[in-house]
Amino acid sequence: MSSLPESQSNARKPLPTWLAWCWPRGESFYRHRAPVRLAHWINALAILFLLGSGLNIFNAHPRLYWGMYGADADTPFFSIGAYDTPAGTRGITQIGSWQIDTTGFLGWSKYMGAYASRAWPSWLTIPKFQDLADARHWHFMFAWILALNGLAYLVWSLSTRHIQKDIWPTRSDIRSIPQSVIDHLKLRHPAGEAAKRYNVLQRLAYLGVIVLIALMVLTGLTMSPGFDAFFPWLLNLFGGRQSARSVHFISASLIVLFIVVHLAEVMLAGPINEVRSMLSGRYVVPKDHS
Amino acid sequence: MASTKDITRRTAIVAGFGAAGALIYEVNDLTLDPRFGHVFRGVEDWTRLNQRALLAPGQFAREFAPADISPVFKANGTLNPGGDDYNRHVAENFANWRLRIDGMVAYPMSLSVAELKRLPARTQITRHDCVEGWSAIGMWTGVPLRLLLKAAGMAVGAKYAVFHCADNLEGEPAKGGEQSPGQYYESIGLADEFHPQTLIAWSLNGKPLDVAHGAPLRLRVERQLGYKHAKYVNRIEITDSFAKIAGGQGGYWEDRGYEWYAGI
Repeated sequence: MSSLPESQSNARKPLPTWLAWCWPRGESFYRHRAPVRLAHWINALAILFLLGSGLNIFNAHPRLYWGMYGADADTPFFSIGAYDTPAGTRGITQIGSWQIDTTGFLGWSKYMGAYASRAWPSWLTIPKFQDLADARHWHFMFAWILALNGLAYLVWSLSTRHIQKDIWPTRSDIRSIPQSVIDHLKLRHPAGEAAKRYNVLQRLAYLGVIVLIALMVLTGLTMSPGFDAFFPWLLNLFGGRQSARSVHFISASLIVLFIVVHLAEVMLAGPINEVRSMLSGRYVVPKDHS
Repeated sequence: MASTKDITRRTAIVAGFGAAGALIYEVNDLTLDPRFGHVFRGVEDWTRLNQRALLAPGQFAREFAPADISPVFKANGTLNPGGDDYNRHVAENFANWRLRIDGMVAYPMSLSVAELKRLPARTQITRHDCVEGWSAIGMWTGVPLRLLLKAAGMAVGAKYAVFHCADNLEGEPAKGGEQSPGQYYESIGLADEFHPQTLIAWSLNGKPLDVAHGAPLRLRVERQLGYKHAKYVNRIEITDSFAKIAGGQGGYWEDRGYEWYAGI
């Protein structure tokens, strides 16, 4: 330990990265206003219940089609099923012309100790037991919560210009996309002044998830025979009820992808600082180490 | 020092997350709790009121072109009611099948299939949406229900048309209840009873209804889900309440937890 060129400086050293990760201290600013925080947590709970009950509903007919109609005699582009083979019952997931053996997870999985034929396993569905009527009850209850919460959020953030100022990417944001992609891949997070605003990939991701939730609501309504009579243009927009059902499922999958990346970024950027900022509003600015 | 305001907020946050956690942890038990059933029923009422507010009586379900018809129209639920009575009707080609209209009407009536076929008919190509998620498009021909109801003359205060069916769908126990004879029935309210697309249908895709699709007569109520479209109909009872019929929820699947208003 003979040569430490900068160790003589008397200036306070910034906290080591790992310490800042689990014990964020220092300069903070008010990042999330109360309506955003409230909307975030209501949204998180609603989406959790909608995904779980949605998978239970999907299990009632685990096949997806494109177009205006689709039932057993029509060809699905995606399906999950249980089939008897010489090697016993297997769970098979089909995507286009691919067939994947997903025994134990999709199609044929354990429920209360015994294997059962069900597309999505019980540990992913709400309720855990297979019941279309009850899953629909949960689904529509949280669908109302999601839609009303989303509407309130949109009205608030458009009128306070939160979306326009904080989420909509600027021209220089767009130009910095390649650099931002590299930074994200290297797990380099903005520090100092740059950390006080959302970076461009964050902006695009948040904008994207707003669009996805809107798509979920619209495709959900398109599946309603009552709503179709009132808003027939929804059927034209999505190319039919079965297409809308498929877009509903694909959008939900993309929301799951968003959640996975979102949670990974929270973990990488410092879970305590991030979660605390979504509770109290105050965010500790990461120190600039460069 | 934390101010009172901070403590209140902290309590609210902890309470909120605690409640959400309990909701997730107890989801199975809550689903089966009758008290929670009231919450679900409240949401269902709210959905129905919203759709009713949007749906003007004259709003039609989409009608399609002949090219859009499903190659195979999936049959679901009872595929053949069987039993001596029904089998005899099949053997007689439903020549002695009667559709009774009674209850709160001025002129109770009993019509044969041949008599129904002589009445003004409507043909429509519509999409059938099963609550399970699949859809099939087919061409239906039948008598608009409103013609029959006008002829029968609904009494003051009459609201619901209850469709009694010849099929017995056993094997699906009623929710939390003793009642389980499993006789299929359905009911609709005034807005759908008098809708022009609501038919007592006797034909699918240009052919007489076959057994799997509800021969000889079935209901079409196009702005609602498939289970409302009762098959093997032999009696229409006009009433002001269905609370005393079977499980009291207005239909076979309604008695088993599904929504009476199946518009979504």
